[in-house]
Amino acid sequence: MATQKSTLQRCLTPKVELPATLTLTASIACWVLVFGLWAALSYGGVVPTMFLPTPGAVLDAAMRLSTDGTLGKHVLASVEVVVIGFVVSSLVAVPLGLLMGSFRIVQALLEPLVNFIRYLPVTSFVPLFILWIGIGLEQRVTVIIFGVFFQQLVMIADVSKGISKDLINASYTLGSSRRDVVMHVLGPASLPGILDTLRVTMGWAWTYLVVAELVAASSGLGYMSLKAMRGFQVDVIFLAIAIIGLLGLMTDQLFRLLRLKVASWAQ
Amino acid sequence: MGAVAAVRRDIQVPVTEPGNPTARLRVDNVSLRYDTPSGGVFTALDSVSLEVPDQQFAVIVGPSGCGKSSLLYLTAGLAEPSSGEIYVGGQRVDGPGADRGMVFQSYTLFPWLTVRQNIEFGLKRKGMPASERKEVVDFYLNEVGLTPFADNYPKQLSGGMMQRVAIARALANDPQILLMDEPFGALDSQTRMQMQKLLLRIWEHSKKTVVFVTHDIDEAILLGDRVYVMGARPGRIKQTLDVPIQRPRDLDMVMDHQFIDMKRQILGLLHDELEDAH
Repeated sequence: MATQKSTLQRCLTPKVELPATLTLTASIACWVLVFGLWAALSYGGVVPTMFLPTPGAVLDAAMRLSTDGTLGKHVLASVEVVVIGFVVSSLVAVPLGLLMGSFRIVQALLEPLVNFIRYLPVTSFVPLFILWIGIGLEQRVTVIIFGVFFQQLVMIADVSKGISKDLINASYTLGSSRRDVVMHVLGPASLPGILDTLRVTMGWAWTYLVVAELVAASSGLGYMSLKAMRGFQVDVIFLAIAIIGLLGLMTDQLFRLLRLKVASWAQ
Repeated sequence: MGAVAAVRRDIQVPVTEPGNPTARLRVDNVSLRYDTPSGGVFTALDSVSLEVPDQQFAVIVGPSGCGKSSLLYLTAGLAEPSSGEIYVGGQRVDGPGADRGMVFQSYTLFPWLTVRQNIEFGLKRKGMPASERKEVVDFYLNEVGLTPFADNYPKQLSGGMMQRVAIARALANDPQILLMDEPFGALDSQTRMQMQKLLLRIWEHSKKTVVFVTHDIDEAILLGDRVYVMGARPGRIKQTLDVPIQRPRDLDMVMDHQFIDMKRQILGLLHDELEDAH
């Protein structure tokens, strides 16, 4: 029998489970450390508050902007763009990606083009989109779709490609038609992977949103941040970043719960 | 039998078999060749012919690479032979169908369906009404001893249990012939013996025509009425042996002299095969 390892030894061994209290403490400690460092640098006057606001100032900004309704307005504007862009992209990418991963002909048709476009930086298209579409909502939605769609397509095609041929063969020997295979095997088998893809690409959608809003917009969190920079309101910039992070965290948890609910068999 | 088969088939223009009408499965001069990446041709099966009568338990035993699994895939219609024909119940095999059930070596339960839903998968495709489905599923759950696990998901089952569900799923569809591709190959030896016992018992009840592929000689003799010994490079049937041991059989018959004689004979055939390879 091996002797009980010390906690330190356990911490230094790869892939060894640790007590929940220890892992929770470590997670909290990291946040405390970051906030502590921030508070020390700002309150201690090491960095001028013009460049680094105090945590208190950011909270003040949050209170001020939420009471006068500006924060709510910008958050809603951003959420609207992300949701529209993400939903439109996903509605096309999910079925098309499944077809691309399952039918060799669709793959042959689309893959070379998609892989070319996938590596083009979305930001380089922003001037073109402004020229074509203007600076309205449609332009920001387009940036998100362009940034997310091709990635989703390739990732979902991979999910569908990864489904075991044996599952498909088994369903054929049980009397499935080709249509049955798509509807009753490829579809449900891909579901967990699809939800994982959506969860990851949702994060990217937020990133592209801010890119679009920084360049051309009259509302949204990116715009709020850009306007604040012009007025040297660092606290508002910090607030905008924090809100984007929180919204991202919320959508991520939402997708996590959704996956637990509809694809619990794959946990 | 031919008439029954014709009713079961829903595909127009039935191509009926010219030869022996009592054979449930007839493999007629089947060859399977692949083009290799180096530009050559690999012969996986070379002019294989065999006939499995109704209600026979046929076992194909052979070294890896002899094409024994390929023969099952061809029979299931999951692959096409390069030449030759296969008839099941007098109908020429042309693509997969519910009349040829199959149990695979890998675990092929649908992980998003419960045990019950897995077993009724084929029945749903057939459009069987729910009440009838429940009756059939309950019967086969009981046959494989998994009634208490009806609402569990596959990930909650052991390997042996998963293969029991796979057998129940294939049988619930009432196929003309049950194809089994090393179904116990991935199980530990204790579980494997349990499964062999279970399969012997179920087979006594159903008397389904079975084609069972294995590389385990004990398993072949224990289960089979007839054993086909295959050789590799090219894949072909070297010898057909009838198992003279009476049914019902049990696991302790592996010590009988009849069993041991037969095992020696098959081992001899397979050893030749190993030497041929050098």
